[in-house]
Amino acid sequence: MATDRPTRVLPRARPEVVLRGAPRSEPEGWLGWLTTTDHKRIGILYLVTTFLFFVLGGVEALLMRLQLARPNSELVAPETYNALFTMHGTTMIFLFIVPVLGGFANYLVPLMIGARDVAFPRINALSYWLLLFGGVVLYAALFFTPPDQGWTMYAPLSEAAYTPHGGIDAWIVFIHLTGASTLLGGINFIATIHNMRAPGMSWGRMPLFVWTILIYSYLIILAYPAIAAAVTMLLTDRHFGTAFFDPTGGGDPLLWQHLFWFFGHPEVYIMVLPAFGIVSEVLPVFARKPIFGYKAIAASTVAIAFLGLLVWAHHMFVVPVSTVVLAFFMLSSFTIAVPTGIKIFNWIATLWRGEIVTRAPLYFAAGLPGLFVIGGISGVILAIFPVDWQLHDTYFVVAHMHFVLFGGSVFGIFAGLYYWFPKMTGRMLSEGLGKLSFWLMAVGLLATFMVQHSLGLEGMPRRVYDWDTPEWEPYNLISTIGSFVLAAGVLATLINVLHSLKRGSRAGNDPWHGNTLEWFVPSPPPPNNLDVIPRVRSVEPMKDIRRQVQEQAGRTRETVSQPITPAI
Amino acid sequence: MPRTRHNAPLVPAVVGVLVGGLALAALLGAADDALAGPFTPDSGGSPNAGDIDTLYRIAFYIGIVVFLVVEGTLIWSIWRYRRRRGGPAAAQIRGNLPLEIGWTVAAALIVVVLTAVTFIYLDDIRDPPGAGAGTLAGPTQLAAVDQRPSPPGRSLNIDVNGQQFVWRYAYPGREPLYNFYEMVVPTNTNITLDITSSDVVHSWWIPLLGGKADAVPGHMNHTWFRISKEGIYRGVCAELCGYNHADMRAAVRAVSPGRFAEWARRKRAQIRRAGQALAAERRAREEGP
Repeated sequence: MATDRPTRVLPRARPEVVLRGAPRSEPEGWLGWLTTTDHKRIGILYLVTTFLFFVLGGVEALLMRLQLARPNSELVAPETYNALFTMHGTTMIFLFIVPVLGGFANYLVPLMIGARDVAFPRINALSYWLLLFGGVVLYAALFFTPPDQGWTMYAPLSEAAYTPHGGIDAWIVFIHLTGASTLLGGINFIATIHNMRAPGMSWGRMPLFVWTILIYSYLIILAYPAIAAAVTMLLTDRHFGTAFFDPTGGGDPLLWQHLFWFFGHPEVYIMVLPAFGIVSEVLPVFARKPIFGYKAIAASTVAIAFLGLLVWAHHMFVVPVSTVVLAFFMLSSFTIAVPTGIKIFNWIATLWRGEIVTRAPLYFAAGLPGLFVIGGISGVILAIFPVDWQLHDTYFVVAHMHFVLFGGSVFGIFAGLYYWFPKMTGRMLSEGLGKLSFWLMAVGLLATFMVQHSLGLEGMPRRVYDWDTPEWEPYNLISTIGSFVLAAGVLATLINVLHSLKRGSRAGNDPWHGNTLEWFVPSPPPPNNLDVIPRVRSVEPMKDIRRQVQEQAGRTRETVSQPITPAI
Repeated sequence: MPRTRHNAPLVPAVVGVLVGGLALAALLGAADDALAGPFTPDSGGSPNAGDIDTLYRIAFYIGIVVFLVVEGTLIWSIWRYRRRRGGPAAAQIRGNLPLEIGWTVAAALIVVVLTAVTFIYLDDIRDPPGAGAGTLAGPTQLAAVDQRPSPPGRSLNIDVNGQQFVWRYAYPGREPLYNFYEMVVPTNTNITLDITSSDVVHSWWIPLLGGKADAVPGHMNHTWFRISKEGIYRGVCAELCGYNHADMRAAVRAVSPGRFAEWARRKRAQIRRAGQALAAERRAREEGP
């Protein structure tokens, strides 16, 4: 215990001179951003880029909801509608959720583990630029023909015989570019986390967010090659005369579905586990309590990832397949509910008997289990394959998936934004706007998607540009109104961020009384992160440092920081 | 709040919540009929749809209890333990192994119950009535796991073929009988469907008549229904199949067996006449002017 034997963690006289830690001389201005290999600047690039794509994807969603608000709507043409849902899904998954989590990881993993950068800074920069160019390729297709056969791009519909236009090819190139970006990022995080942790930071003392990023990276390496292979086969099918997915040439459309979902389901956990990690960081800080069941939460992350690789065919319960296969994938999908439930119960137990500081990051972090659980329950219902025969490809699935990805991932991402914005910018976000944003987003999410369960139960299929059943009218209207409330909530946060960048109150290095090492460095952190890397003695190193410094100083101080290196 | 209150052990609290949850589940089961329409899947056309509905309800009630337990404890914890002037300090607890094991086992038990219930209903959903079980260890021995036992009694097998953007139905018999969009079937008959596609993937789905089955080119999929009430049952293609996917509708018209025979006779005659007219036209064209 740190309290038993005080150990020096701060430099006694003058800062040690570390060659590696010396600030790299980076060009000033925009050229600096263009050529940077600093994990923090790359992290900021990731976050800004992905939030821009989030706004684009959101606008696409609003257009779809406008089209569906009333029966027999003629706002957009069928092919435009198909392009909208294809771009929306593709953008949110490949250009927002996965890379925004990579952005947080980029910024925070080295700080949290006490490293000065990631293992391969230049590969890190390459990762970001591949992502950006991937996004440019996808959105450049808007000026020609956008891809319009769904983010799942099922063959043979995506084959040249049925969809000859280049939108599909743009999508294929886009998948390769962002896929390479994500894979390189994953390799970088694994190398960093395995090799560059501060002395004393054993696996059992690693922050839970870092745990989830490690597992996210392993899942990426296991899942992304499957889609890279699948889109390459689609490309050769379309242009070079192969017939991997074409039954008239001896191919099989189900091969595409297996390859796609072998990637596609782990992708869900790639998107949601780091958000869980953010919640596991935020809740204990704001409950002023250690995380409940650290080992259980870390182990359940590993369990979810392992099981997540074994459930892909639950997306294929309605294709011709034997009952044994159906039963296997139902059971494996059920099993995932257990480690997920463990996480939720541990979070609630973390809040229980705490001294909960109800600030904006806590709102979003506590909102995650509250909203995600709806998607979890509907997920278990969908895993019962005879029930899925009714509900597959209906709005019930749309509702399920949005509670998982919005209620889960996006609320986690917003919790992370409110929690770490002061660290990244040195400024606090406005509490009032933050809480307003939370309530608008939560109410908007519930209004938009709760009624979609009923739409699905009453028989409305997904991906239809038009409908005319009178019973669906109230649900569709409520859903559209809800989507605009949700958008207003997101807008409130965007305004908050833009306003607080210049006008927010000064944050100091540790505004929340954090537990992890990123709060030890000034906000924003210096280019070399840490002058001296502290020795880690528990899962809450910052708490140890704070306690120790207070003992040395003999008085209670609000917080402590590494001394800012004087310019020599 | 008296001091003893927040020192109350966690385990009895959890037990209390679980007992309350079970009572609620029983209550929901009692109020079953009130929860139709927007809360349950469509059913009423065919027995398999009814069984899916029942299975859904069981999972749904368990889900509601889980939902209330999670939301209740979450919101209560935040409200009860928010920081207040003079409030208690945060309890520095790092975990509790019995509790951890407890909720793991509880979650696993729910999953076991759901699995058991699913397998109880599976035969009735998957196979037409009286067809004999064909599941993992049914009494009927089949050569392959996905082979369907043939239903006894009055039955009719129809070949369903999905095409952008219409359904084609071919009936058995020596003389050709087929129709587009509307499938006419006799009532009180097990209708078995062999479903495939001749272009992209489609999905056959009439909500009132049970679950959907994807029509995959190069594969044969199967489903069935049995209608007791005459009428028209409507559905939409449920797998994205192109721009007009939303307009790829389907209808099943159930009529009495007598009227079905009458319809089939008329339709066969129509097809025969159309074929003869076409042949005559072709002959005329070949002979030329």
